[in-house]
Amino acid sequence: MSEMLEVSDLRVTFGGRGGLVAVDGVSLRVAPEETLAVVGESGSGKTTVARCVVGLQRPDSGTVTFEGRRLGPAGRRPPESQRAIQMVFQDPRSSLNPRMPVSDLIGEAWRTHPVTAPRGDRTEALHRLLADVGLDADVAGRRAGDLSGGQCQRVSIARALAVRPRLLVCDEAVSALDVSVQAQILRLLVDLRRSHRLALLFITHDLGVVHQIADRVAVMRRGAVVEEGPAGEVLGAPRHEYTQALLDAALDIGVEA
Amino acid sequence: MSQAAVLPQQVATRRWRRGAPARVPYVVIALYALVALIGPLVIDYDPVHTPLTDRLLAPGSQLSSGGVAWLGTDALGRDILAQVVYGARTSLTIGLATVLVACLVGVTIGVVAGYARGWLDAVLARITDVLQAFPAILLAIVIAGVFARSVPVVVLSLSVTAWISFARVTRGVALSLRERAWVDAARVMGVPVRSIIVRHVLPFTVGPVVALATLEFALVVLAEAGLSFLGIGLPTGAVSWGQTIANGQQYLETAWWISTLPGIALSLLIINMGILGDQLTARYGQRRTRS
Repeated sequence: MSEMLEVSDLRVTFGGRGGLVAVDGVSLRVAPEETLAVVGESGSGKTTVARCVVGLQRPDSGTVTFEGRRLGPAGRRPPESQRAIQMVFQDPRSSLNPRMPVSDLIGEAWRTHPVTAPRGDRTEALHRLLADVGLDADVAGRRAGDLSGGQCQRVSIARALAVRPRLLVCDEAVSALDVSVQAQILRLLVDLRRSHRLALLFITHDLGVVHQIADRVAVMRRGAVVEEGPAGEVLGAPRHEYTQALLDAALDIGVEA
Repeated sequence: MSQAAVLPQQVATRRWRRGAPARVPYVVIALYALVALIGPLVIDYDPVHTPLTDRLLAPGSQLSSGGVAWLGTDALGRDILAQVVYGARTSLTIGLATVLVACLVGVTIGVVAGYARGWLDAVLARITDVLQAFPAILLAIVIAGVFARSVPVVVLSLSVTAWISFARVTRGVALSLRERAWVDAARVMGVPVRSIIVRHVLPFTVGPVVALATLEFALVVLAEAGLSFLGIGLPTGAVSWGQTIANGQQYLETAWWISTLPGIALSLLIINMGILGDQLTARYGQRRTRS
C-alpha cells in the first residue's frame, strides 16, 4: 500500500535534557484519502504528534515524510508541501485573527499560494468556498468576534480547503464545540473528505466521535502508541487494556447522557 | 423587562459622570498642542532682541513699546508669555520626534525579538541590562554634551534610552501572541514571517504601545527641559522652558515669574500626560489579560 504520510520513530522532549518526554518513539502511517484517528487522554502526546506533522514543533529525533519527501519546520517546507498539509485547531475563535474579516483570511491563503488562487472573479470563488463549508455569503465581511464557535470552525476549514490540501490535520477540531454543533462539523468533515479526496489525521480524546469518522485508530498513552488497527477492530474488540478502559469511560458518559 | 430597558441609560449616565474628569487630560493636552501650533503665528518673539528698559517687569506691566507683558519680562526685557508659547512648541516637537524615533526602533526590535526569540532576544536582553544600569538622563547628558548643540542631537540623546521600554513592552506582547492559534495557522499555511509579524502580531501591540508612548512623552519633555536647564543640547537661539527657568534662577526672590510660570506650564503638561498614560495603560492592560 502506498503511504502518503509516514511518521517514524518520532521523539519530542520538552524542557531540554531530562525534561518531560511528550512523544516517545511514535510511528504512524496515513494512506491517501484515509482517516486515521489518534486518540488518548490529555498529556498522551497526540497533539504534539500533530504539531510535528504540520511543522509547528521540531522533533528531537524521528522523521515526518510526505509523499516520499522528508519535511522540516513549517517555514522551511517547499510551498507544495506547505499547502498539501493543512491544520484545523482546537479553539475555533483564536485560530482566526480577530482583526481580519473572513474574506481577508481566505485571501491571505490564496495570496500565499498563488497556484491555488481562483482565476477570474474572486468574490464568487470565495462565496462558493464558503458554501462548501455550509456558510452564507454574508459571512465574508465578518470578523471572528461576530461569528459563533461553529461558524469560526467552518471558516477555519474553508481557509484550509482554499489551498487544496491533501491531508487535513484536525487537532481536537470538534472538542470545544457544543454537542449538536460537534455533530454538524463532523458531518461536514465526512462530506468534505469524500468531495475533496482528503486524508484526515483526526486527533481527539473523545472515543465517542471516532467511530463516525475513522478508518483506522491509533491509541496513544504516555507518548507511545499502545494499539493501532482498523476502527472496527480497535473499538469493537480492543486488545489493550488501556483502550478497553477508554472505551468503558466513553460508554459510561454515553449512558449518563 | 423594564429593568433591562432602563439599564443602558443608567450605565451611560454613570459612564458620563465618571468620564467627565477623565477627559481633562485630553482637553489640557489639546490646548498645549493648539498653543504650540498657533501661538508662534500670533505672538512675535526674537530671543536676541533685548529691550533692557523693560527688564524684570512684573506680570501685567506696560511695556515701553506700548504693549502689555501679561506674564512679565525677564532680566533682558524679553516677554515671558512669548517664551512659554515658543517653549511649548520646542517641547512638543522634541517630545514627538523622540517618542517617534524610540517607538519605531523599539517596536521593531521588540516585535522581532519576541516573535523570533533565539539569539536576537538574548542580545536584546543584554543591551537592556547594560543600558538600564545607567541613569537615562546621565547618558543623555553625555551624548548631548559631546556633540554640537542641535535639535537632532537632543532627539538622539533622549531616544538612546527611551526605545528600551518600547522594545520590552512589544517583546512581551509578541511573546504571548506567537502562541496564538491564528499565528500557528499562518505558519502552517506558509505565510512569510514578515507578513505574519505585520498582519498577525503587530496590530495587537498598538494599544499598549500608545499607552507607553504618552508616558514616555512626559518623561522626554521633562528630560529636554532638564538638558536645557543645564545649558546643553539645544542651540542658544532655541526657546525652551528649561532655559527660561534657568535664566530666572538668580531672580527667584525679586522676579518670581521668570522661573515659576514656565515651570507651571511644564508641570501641567507632565501631570496631564502622566494621567492620560495611566488611563490608557489601565485600559489596554485589562484588554490584554482578558483576550
